[in-house]
Amino acid sequence: MTDNKGIGFFSERYGLTERDIDRLLAAALEKGGDFADLYFEYRISNSISLEEQMIKSVTKSRSQGVGVRVIIGDKTGYAYTDLIAFDSIVAAARTAAHIARNGGLTTAAGVSVSPSSHDLYPVEIPVSAEDLDRKIELVMESDRAARAYDRRIREVQSTMADEIKHVMIASSDGKLVGDVQPLARLGVMCIADDDGNLQIGRSGGGGRIGIDFFEGQLKPSECGIEAACQAIGQLDAIDAPAGKMEVVLGPGWPGILLHEAVGHGLEADFNRKGTSAFSGLIGERVASELCTVVDDGTIPNRRGSLNIDDEGEATTCTVLIENGVLRAYLNDNLNSRLMKSPRTGNGRRQSYKFLPLPRMTNTFMLSGSDSSEDIIRSVKRGLYAVQFGGGQVDITSGEFAFSASEAFLIEDGKITVPVKGATLRGNGPESLKNVTAVGNDLQLDKGVGVCGKDGQNVPVGVGLPTIKISGMTVGGTKL
Amino acid sequence: MNPLFGKQFAVDLAREAVIRGASAAEALLRHRVEFSVSVRLGEVETLKESTDQAFGLRVLLDGKQASVSGSDFSIEAVESLITEVIDMARATSADDSAGLPDPSEMATSFADLDIYDPEIAELPTEQKINLALRAEQAAREVSPKIVNFDGGGFDSRVGTMVLANSQGFVGEYRGSSCTIATVPVASDGDRMQRDYWFDSRRKLRDMDSPEKIGAEAARRTLRKLGASAVGNQNVPVIFEPNVASELLEDIFQAVSGESVFRKASFLVGQLGERVASRCLNIVDDGTRPALLGSRPFDSEGLPTRRTVVINEGVLESYLLNTYTARKLGLRSTGNASRGLVGAPGVGAGNLILMPGSHSPEQIISSVKSGLYVTELIGFGVNVVNGDYSRSASGTWIENGELTFPVQGVTIAGNLKEMLNAIEMVGNDIEFRGSITAPTVLIGRMTISA
Repeated sequence: MTDNKGIGFFSERYGLTERDIDRLLAAALEKGGDFADLYFEYRISNSISLEEQMIKSVTKSRSQGVGVRVIIGDKTGYAYTDLIAFDSIVAAARTAAHIARNGGLTTAAGVSVSPSSHDLYPVEIPVSAEDLDRKIELVMESDRAARAYDRRIREVQSTMADEIKHVMIASSDGKLVGDVQPLARLGVMCIADDDGNLQIGRSGGGGRIGIDFFEGQLKPSECGIEAACQAIGQLDAIDAPAGKMEVVLGPGWPGILLHEAVGHGLEADFNRKGTSAFSGLIGERVASELCTVVDDGTIPNRRGSLNIDDEGEATTCTVLIENGVLRAYLNDNLNSRLMKSPRTGNGRRQSYKFLPLPRMTNTFMLSGSDSSEDIIRSVKRGLYAVQFGGGQVDITSGEFAFSASEAFLIEDGKITVPVKGATLRGNGPESLKNVTAVGNDLQLDKGVGVCGKDGQNVPVGVGLPTIKISGMTVGGTKL
Repeated sequence: MNPLFGKQFAVDLAREAVIRGASAAEALLRHRVEFSVSVRLGEVETLKESTDQAFGLRVLLDGKQASVSGSDFSIEAVESLITEVIDMARATSADDSAGLPDPSEMATSFADLDIYDPEIAELPTEQKINLALRAEQAAREVSPKIVNFDGGGFDSRVGTMVLANSQGFVGEYRGSSCTIATVPVASDGDRMQRDYWFDSRRKLRDMDSPEKIGAEAARRTLRKLGASAVGNQNVPVIFEPNVASELLEDIFQAVSGESVFRKASFLVGQLGERVASRCLNIVDDGTRPALLGSRPFDSEGLPTRRTVVINEGVLESYLLNTYTARKLGLRSTGNASRGLVGAPGVGAGNLILMPGSHSPEQIISSVKSGLYVTELIGFGVNVVNGDYSRSASGTWIENGELTFPVQGVTIAGNLKEMLNAIEMVGNDIEFRGSITAPTVLIGRMTISA
């Protein structure tokens, strides 16, 4: 079982027994509190960076530590140590316990190993354990393919980043679970230079996979070619239009729309506090009835998937919006207890140095019935956006923005010319009501997403079929 | 070798790497004590305390480079990483420009820049909580329309950095910082708006009072209530100081040696050329006492300094570390910045858009019809070619006066043109971060709604 593997790692390496863990949880609760947990983490992260056709840097980081959390009501105390040893964890537990200085008496149930519900990434040899030369060859392959695509590709940067993370979570309700989480990502960036006209293109992918992924499902040469093709295509881009118009989003990574427009606004912490534009709207219509949006942490080998979240809860598939009606928020332990709503396995953290928060996993819209050709054909004048950079949202006003990096004009039902990068903006609770067509071609992104919240970054996935939205602001310069 | 945090361990780490085969090595040690309290609606929400330390080691093998980091200071863990990093370096490509700086450039004396405040380390927890609560309370008292808070708190950090290399450099400094912030939510019964305000300084006594921070946060949030969009048009745009600081960050990316040597900046090849309006002056100064971006030496051991980046619109200097300087045939400006692993990058010291002579009121009154921008979201800035498009909130200006709040629009242009279209620069500069700008008026941008 995956979880036993995770637990075994810590007990063997650091000699901690279940009895030790019980004593540590008791120390965390010695001043009272409703709940306490320990999050053990051991992580090895590697990177390889290529540019100017040279492997310029390789890195390896080893980190380990334990975070101790004590919750009393809606208050949380937290402390961590980077020394996995009984005495230093006790010290951290006593620091975390300060939050409950006036608390009553709570005792921890003795922990015992809980069964695992998923085994989503049964990778025999993680990318992090592969030979450095083999990984370097993959990075170089992406560079060669990009340069061979067009001689106007002047520079290629390619990075392989991988990690293996062992975690173990013990909580005062008796739970003891573990996991071993592999993760790898290849990213390629190309600069096209046509006599001083400079354009960039990006591509990449990965997941919780072994190295064979890059030799079959996603070849580095494909990433190189895609990034090069994008950069070269942008050389002919005209100024982006300004104003409201129909926007067709291509399948896959444009799902970042959902992440910004609704995903963050549905995280339970904002809704418990009543600061989200979606607060109090469960059961209400927040999208066109064509839209069903889910957050699914259980898809095998995906970048955003997890066997257990960072509070030890099994991940789930949560229907957020069903045929346009808001059904659920994304929950962690604290917020589900305070809101008396079910846990969804979305308590995540960047590392042992951080408190868990409700976060997305893989967020996507289910396929509808239209073909992408019909959707494009139905647009008289609009924008077809297929690649995006980052996005951002103000969850209180609902205002969000995301940046198209590859987009084309649609004129009389046909894709015509490429346009320069432009920000698309909308308002969370409004924008999905304006979805007027949903394609039958759902795609998940290739596995490069990073989501930031409160200074914490976690890997996520997004997905979308081709969709049409009316009345989205295109932030170009051409009036 | 005794892996105890301090100069001797850093020196030994670099030396040990050379003994085991590296041609040069650089060790960095970092120790941090952090405290953070978040408050909401008069109560403590989270309380977090931590102490951590870690080391990083970068080795060179005749132009081949690799680096490792760890937080396990046991002799076995340290020695194993030294062996691994040398093996890793063998697998990389030899790069003539990679390597430690020339010893003649390294800092030999260290100025006291007054960047450590013992008061921060000694401040009792109760008082820290109280500072955070006072800021929130001050915001609540401004108006009954302040109905909620999305967060706020007090954060502090006290840290020590040690850097040593195999060419004989060794240096150490201690720094501190603290931040008070509050994030009010206002409602007019119809829609909610949120904004925030903060102060962040090296020293506790330099901080604005929590009352001032809270009142400003409330003012900023309340003025967004009732916001609406405006029509598509080309108009003058004013960036208030914290938004102008974001523009300055974009300019930093374009003058950073990392973008320039890759020719991935719209300012490539323009040293000595006019790239902006005459009223634009930008200076990077890592030596100003008690500021957040000040430190005695950079991440390669070079002394920090004052560098004029743009003088009256003319590009005078890029910001460089040793590697990017070598690639460009220039000298490092002492702007190396590194984390525990990886080759050093380029970081600003205190990057300052130098104040002009106009008050913000004078600047606003000069605009007949335009947008006063108070917030930008999205990442639509491309420093390779200057394309610029972000979502904006702010206040509409009509006949020189601030009128109604605006939201739901984007502003777009190109950085090359925007820099040349800067018509006025304000005299309102306040140092609450390491990137600092006053109010700026840009003659023309495209608003889309």
